[in-house]
Amino acid sequence: MNIKISALQFTREVKSGNISAEDFIAKTMEQIQNVDDSLHAFLSINDKAVDQAREIDKKIKLGEKIGQCFGMPISIKDNICIKDTKTTCASKMLENFIAPYDATVITKLKQQDAIFVGKVNLDEFAMGLSTEFSAYGPSKNPWNTDYVPGGSSGGSAVSVSAFECVASLGSDTGGSVRNPASFCSTVGYKPTYGLISRYGLISYANSIEQIGPLTRTVEDAAFMLNLIAGLDPNDNTTVDNNNEDYLKDINSGIEGKKIGIIKEMIGEGIDPSVLSATKDAISKLEGLGATCEEVSLDMVKYSVAAYYTITATEAGSNLARYDNLRYGYDFSVEGYEFNSYIEKARKKLGPEVTRRMILGGFVPSAGHTGKYFLKALKVKSKLTRQINDAFKKFDLLISPTVPILPFKIGEKINDPVSLFLIDINTVTANLTGKPAISIPYVISNGLPIGIQLIANSMNDKLLLQAAYALEKTVQLPEVPI
Amino acid sequence: MTKIGLEIHSQLTKLESKLFCSCKANYREFEPNTNICPICIGLPGSLPRLNQKAVEKATMIAMALNCSTPEKIAFFRKNYFYPDLPKNFQITQLNIYGDTSVGGIGTLMVGEKKIRITRIQLEEDPGRLIYEGSSEKNLVTLVDYNRAGTPLVEIVTEPDFENPREVREFLNILSDLLENLGVSDPSLEGAMRADANVSIEGGNKVEIKNIGSFHDLEKAVHFEITRQQSLHSRNIPIIQETRHWDDKRKITVSSRSKEEDLDYRYFLEGDIPWIKIGNEIKEKLKSEMPESISSKKQRYISKYDIPVQVADVLSSNKFYSDLFEDAHTKENAKEVANIITTDLMGLIDTREKRESSKLKPFHLKEISDSIQSGRITRTSAKNALYEIVKTGKTLSDIISELDLGNVSDEYELLKIIELVILEEPQAVKQAKSNPQTINYLVGKVMQKTKGKADPKLTLDLLKKKIQ
Ligand SMILES: [Zn+2]
Repeated sequence: MNIKISALQFTREVKSGNISAEDFIAKTMEQIQNVDDSLHAFLSINDKAVDQAREIDKKIKLGEKIGQCFGMPISIKDNICIKDTKTTCASKMLENFIAPYDATVITKLKQQDAIFVGKVNLDEFAMGLSTEFSAYGPSKNPWNTDYVPGGSSGGSAVSVSAFECVASLGSDTGGSVRNPASFCSTVGYKPTYGLISRYGLISYANSIEQIGPLTRTVEDAAFMLNLIAGLDPNDNTTVDNNNEDYLKDINSGIEGKKIGIIKEMIGEGIDPSVLSATKDAISKLEGLGATCEEVSLDMVKYSVAAYYTITATEAGSNLARYDNLRYGYDFSVEGYEFNSYIEKARKKLGPEVTRRMILGGFVPSAGHTGKYFLKALKVKSKLTRQINDAFKKFDLLISPTVPILPFKIGEKINDPVSLFLIDINTVTANLTGKPAISIPYVISNGLPIGIQLIANSMNDKLLLQAAYALEKTVQLPEVPI
Repeated sequence: MTKIGLEIHSQLTKLESKLFCSCKANYREFEPNTNICPICIGLPGSLPRLNQKAVEKATMIAMALNCSTPEKIAFFRKNYFYPDLPKNFQITQLNIYGDTSVGGIGTLMVGEKKIRITRIQLEEDPGRLIYEGSSEKNLVTLVDYNRAGTPLVEIVTEPDFENPREVREFLNILSDLLENLGVSDPSLEGAMRADANVSIEGGNKVEIKNIGSFHDLEKAVHFEITRQQSLHSRNIPIIQETRHWDDKRKITVSSRSKEEDLDYRYFLEGDIPWIKIGNEIKEKLKSEMPESISSKKQRYISKYDIPVQVADVLSSNKFYSDLFEDAHTKENAKEVANIITTDLMGLIDTREKRESSKLKPFHLKEISDSIQSGRITRTSAKNALYEIVKTGKTLSDIISELDLGNVSDEYELLKIIELVILEEPQAVKQAKSNPQTINYLVGKVMQKTKGKADPKLTLDLLKKKIQ
């Protein structure tokens, strides 16, 4: 049986009776067994997956009502809650946290008869872009296991890329879906802020992050969005999408569309192979009837600084609850008063989380907020104004997803500032709430490069149509695993 | 000049659910840590789900206190570590980046004095800490999160009070107002709490926290003024600090923890979008607002000719004024008001007694009608009321059971009058020369009939007999 098929192909095959869900899931679990020792995408495995698939086959055989996923194997980033399942955020602090409830996206996927094959790796609390900050060790890039898979949703990208599932859900705070998608040559999509409920996603920087799918194809991303988007009473920030069908008319093409090339994202520090891939993609889009033109968003210069200031502030607050009173590990209270106990307990958090917690205590503090946090908010609103102005002229914006190629494990871990700068092309969509997608474009010297498209808020459908058009111009080699 | 300001916290106890989840706002009847859910104990991944009703009720309070109400409101996070705070931050409101809390500047009149309200904000109550253990060393702190997330309204005043009496009067008026609005039951334990700040001429401001009841608040303020005056008279500077009220020793004690130094790192709560409170909603709330206490009082006086003091007492208490509204007719209004304020209020003077009372509005109607028609006397009415509160029986049943019917039979009454005349020759003589003293004899007749004699008839018959 071929497990190297897309999510939509899978549902068609099972629906038509060509394959059974049980066989496919069994084969997928076997693949995990075979490859995950070297790739380390998974933090935990669902050992009931095959049984669940058998139940679905039974329902199909009996002609019972069946959800749109038909037992599709999905992996879930380990910062999204599945009831009665460990949800660790790749942190020692939540090593034993068993979620007592389902995230809204999980509830929706369960209703559609999806099967969760397991929980996948991330940088601790989603802070990082290589999975090297996972407390349980890094995941490896399937294209070359010496290299990082990107992050923080590295486990999601690896599991999709290495056929350990057909699709995955990650979360994107500053590029955490798009970055690993680009590094592992999958599609990675961050929808408009509010389009997908965050209920059950463990918050890192709640005002800008979104759950997003990582898939083999753009169509699969649209399919996933159909299943999980929409208003949720449990998340007051969700927006009504009027049950939009994102698959319908996905092949509309981009003729006559105006695309802006973000000048600040193709300049200094960009790898030459990434630049040439971007230029190539632009000429392909022009070939499809779009007009492309450079546009300057000069606030992008400050976006990374603003991004780290805002996310550190929110993280400092969101992670404050991990004081080891309610979650954590055995640690005697003897000899401590409340504050010194918390201080000691929180030493269990990893270096990147610690760094951002300290930053998050500082930048919004009384004496410094004017200089840092409030200024960052100003950058955010100015950048939003600039991008809104750009969308008056352009339908879409384009840039490389990441300015550099995947790097080696251990290469940058001691240089946080250079790691931070890798986010330069992705954070803008988060700070402004816009939808953005990374499309696998080319393999350069054995390492993947992704192209990013950005659309205006709630123009997710247009974004997916353009991504679909670009994807159709691409022929990629199979992943060497 | 002494300046006192208040920070009052009132739970919205009349709401069904907590501020951000569907757990019960009335947490009091639950076993510890059973009125909780992923949201109110801040489990990883949970998000606040704003209770719109709480926003409406809080806005109503702001309107009743004549506060400005902004077009859009927002929530902020107040970050600090405390074991009763599940998320280690509290979702509250803030006005330092523009007026974004439910209420801005307002006023409340206390008699002739105007007390300025600084702001009103809506926030979540933390959980409760319970200290157990015999000694300081063996002290165990237990946490109960049943209360965590209960809707709480904070009302902050300007330092407009000059003495503890004004503070007490203000709190009485405010708690009557909140009860009348139907948003809160101030008599519930812990439903209303207050902190105070006190400064005297030439001294710094001192905050007093941890005051358990309004009764203690008055004491605490009084103590603090005396303490500061004593320091001042000895030329000892009064430092700016936070002091805690020691409930056992009835004194204020300097706080060891430097709460005033805490940096709360306030920032906007991104999980709750800005909420628009447009004119349409404000108009709707205005129309839903119950009649104010002062307007009730005016109506009682002008429409029913109820005496000012009676109207005052009746209107300011929601329980009794509701009873009055349901029981009165145009004809018996004065009588119903009279029964409530002179007899009933003394009979059911605590929350527990009120809750267990079997009295219904129709009882009051029966009683007042019966008094007016002369079926029973006021004294009998009082006895009947006592029975009704206890048993809930109808007035007719009680009259026949306890033989409370008026002695209005002339023949029977005459026999008793004759007996009294025989027994009290001295008083009869006096009454003949001074008609004013005849009331003594009426009283004697009443005594013999256990208050059932029709007073008017008795007087008429006595007069006839003596002359
Ligand atoms: Zn709750």
